[in-house]
Amino acid sequence: MSPLNEAEQRALPIVVVGHVDHGKSTLVGRLLHDTNSLPEGRLAELRAMSERRGGELEWSFLLDALQLERDQGITVDTTQIWFATAKRRYVIIDAPGHKEFLRNMVTGASRAEAALLVVDAKQGLSEQSRRHAYLLRLLGIEQVAVAVNKMDLVGHDEARFAEIAGEVRAYLAGLGLAASAVVPVSARHGDNVAGAGGAGASAAMPWYAGPSVVAALDGFAPRPLPVDQPLRLPLQDVYRLGDKRVLVGRIESGRLAVGDALRVNPTGRVARVAGLEDWNRAEPRRLAMAGDSVALALDEDVFAERGHLLSSPAAAPIAATCIAARVFWLDEEPLAAGRRLQLRIGTREIDATVVGLEQSVSVEDLAVAAATSVERGGVATALLHSAVPFSFDRFQDNPATGRGVLLANGRVAGGFIVDRAVQVAQQRNLTAVASSVTRAERERANGHRGGVIWLTGLSGAGKSTVANAALRRLFDAGWQAQFIDADNMRAGLSTDLGFSRSDRSENIRRVAHVAKFLAEGGTVALVALITPLRSHREVARAIAGEDFHEIYVSADLATCRARDPKGLYRLAAAREISAFTGLASPYEPPLAPDLVLDTRADDAERSAAALVGYIRRALGPAKAAEAQPGSALSLAAAAS
Amino acid sequence: MNDLDWLESQSVYILREAKSRIARLAMLWSLGKDSNVMIWLAKKAFLGRVPFPVVHLDTGLEFPETYAFRDRYAREWGLDLIADECPPLEATDPSLAPNSRLAARKTLGLSQAIGRYAFQGIIAGIRRDEQATRAKERVFSPRRADGAWDFRDQPPEFWDLYCAEAPPAGHVRIHPLLHWTEIDIWRYIRREGIPVVPLYFAREGKRYRSLGEIGITHPIESHAGDVDAIVRELKSIRSPERAGRAMDHDSEDAFERLRVAGYM
Repeated sequence: MSPLNEAEQRALPIVVVGHVDHGKSTLVGRLLHDTNSLPEGRLAELRAMSERRGGELEWSFLLDALQLERDQGITVDTTQIWFATAKRRYVIIDAPGHKEFLRNMVTGASRAEAALLVVDAKQGLSEQSRRHAYLLRLLGIEQVAVAVNKMDLVGHDEARFAEIAGEVRAYLAGLGLAASAVVPVSARHGDNVAGAGGAGASAAMPWYAGPSVVAALDGFAPRPLPVDQPLRLPLQDVYRLGDKRVLVGRIESGRLAVGDALRVNPTGRVARVAGLEDWNRAEPRRLAMAGDSVALALDEDVFAERGHLLSSPAAAPIAATCIAARVFWLDEEPLAAGRRLQLRIGTREIDATVVGLEQSVSVEDLAVAAATSVERGGVATALLHSAVPFSFDRFQDNPATGRGVLLANGRVAGGFIVDRAVQVAQQRNLTAVASSVTRAERERANGHRGGVIWLTGLSGAGKSTVANAALRRLFDAGWQAQFIDADNMRAGLSTDLGFSRSDRSENIRRVAHVAKFLAEGGTVALVALITPLRSHREVARAIAGEDFHEIYVSADLATCRARDPKGLYRLAAAREISAFTGLASPYEPPLAPDLVLDTRADDAERSAAALVGYIRRALGPAKAAEAQPGSALSLAAAAS
Repeated sequence: MNDLDWLESQSVYILREAKSRIARLAMLWSLGKDSNVMIWLAKKAFLGRVPFPVVHLDTGLEFPETYAFRDRYAREWGLDLIADECPPLEATDPSLAPNSRLAARKTLGLSQAIGRYAFQGIIAGIRRDEQATRAKERVFSPRRADGAWDFRDQPPEFWDLYCAEAPPAGHVRIHPLLHWTEIDIWRYIRREGIPVVPLYFAREGKRYRSLGEIGITHPIESHAGDVDAIVRELKSIRSPERAGRAMDHDSEDAFERLRVAGYM
């Protein structure tokens, strides 16, 4: 290792990519050896491993740490190894070349700031090399050098090298990438690997006068932190510190100082930075910038939570419900219109539907074609739609907030970069059809307004019981009301759904649309659904809009467990149900519900009376509410 | 921002991701230098406190200095310490080599703790540069119900958009120090003044470079008596960090077998 500066600069992460068997691991092994970076005794270990398998020294064993990899002679997973040249420290990320292990290649490459593309001199630029190069671009890597390896197998032929170098440069140019160097290499023999390069460096290739691989790496520049871009700070969490609320996250771009105004996106609230919180720092920070993890207090108590994106008020990110994104797909099940996924961008996680595919890209010749589905390993531009608006940037404007991942059943199914925001109605060719009977007419006929009364709370809190009792009272008073129970929905409209995260979200979306439909028809829709997460209720609120009323049916876990009307807590305790809300899955109480019904203190009838009182006040004609003083009283008691 | 600031900020980001996305979380405290740094980083991330239990997988075979260190800093740092005894040697896989079986007690101790306290996330202080199979790890590594590491089917990790979901009845390992190197750790210890077990410092020409249990950990020749000297020493030597850990060297794949079965 170089003793100079070695510890003061960040190690530059470089990914080595290319087709399987083109010699990536061998080249890395050679690099480490020839720069004197191998730990003591490692070479002897490699020799022993190689001899046990009856072969000559196998450099790739250095990185192929798994028995399976060494026995089959193939890199399965990405790995990282540190080495240093006279100029700087590096982390070399070795990425598997086999198509089967693309997910591991992407994992490695997405951490790199520059890439070395290894191409076999005999075989040339294969499909997998092209795919890797394409992915580099997609992952945001702009610095690339090329090693044309195994020159010894083509007789160190200058003409063959020139042919491949031309082919590689042309392909990269098509991606908008320029190779900083194309180096003819024989990794097995160490030609043009380390050393300064230049004329005569390799006796076998006297015709080459360019840099060695090491010199090419030393020519890369570390990616500068985007401190001069607009501020982007995705919120990871909100902590309570004494009586202060502290917002935490990592600044992705730009900078902030105490006193600066910040905008919470997409809600649009604005407050100023009152201070930066730290632990074990000699002096509190007044300023922070891209790359810093921060904890900040605001001067006003504006609502903010994980998933929100902080910016300066003058340069806010885009907010939309639909994006066109270039997706790199990794899931077994193809990407196609109608597929429901979770979308993660920054710290925001929302449910999204693939509403269409615009085009797919062939990595072979970069040709673009219309597509209806994309197989694993493919790239396409997809339209992703969410029920709620979310904040982002175009990838070209701000990479860190312009990229994301798609999850299917909690597993990463693909990555994407944002091309642009899309207007939904226009894109889906939908036209709203006006009804011949208006909502106002229906509401006049009913004598009350429609609405969505959304009861949230733990299983066993009494949501269904209270909703059902309220339904009876409303009906007896001549109201148009309907009760939508979660279990009943699942027996009908949602029979296709289970209890995975995405299925639960989809069930909530369907219930919200049905409830909204009823409200539009002037009916009071009473919904009893756990809806454990604030984000779930946010979706329902976004669908129902002004008709949405959030009612928190509150009872502590011990009470619910003791009641256990459906025997679910018992099943969960016996591990027959996983991810049961309140036990293994969190329940997030509403922050500002329209009404709280404490069913621990009140019996179901009192709670139902309180609920009906609220409904009369919120949806009934003014006189009706005055006629029910009893209900209004119990409402006040329950809400306090 | 210098390199230590950058490493620290990355780790703080990872710890905060784990905290906000996993309800029942615990941190492993081996009492070694790396896990002390990890606790320090947690105090940075959570503004002075460690908001989850800290688990010492106790085999009863730590050095006396190590136990003294644990008891002192559990108190001084206000840690919620769980230090249950690991299952006995007889409970480990008898087909493992003897040194590996000692290490395998910790694997059993960990699954015992996960079962007993229903943890969904375990934060562990492993680093990529320590050992070649650790170099293949993910930052968020899902484990099945038996705790095993399925290295054939590791999930993709795009950028640092980590996925914190665990398989049914399984858990997630979180590795906030994966991107640090040995010398980074010591330079950070020096900068921050983080206490470590005194066995790391040379006495009579020997010091422990990697600290494990009595009997399967051996000291190296060294005259590095303080943190400065250790940083200087690491710049000049090229021997591997875990050379003194017997369990790594029973056979070619000894450590891989341990890790696949759920070892850290």
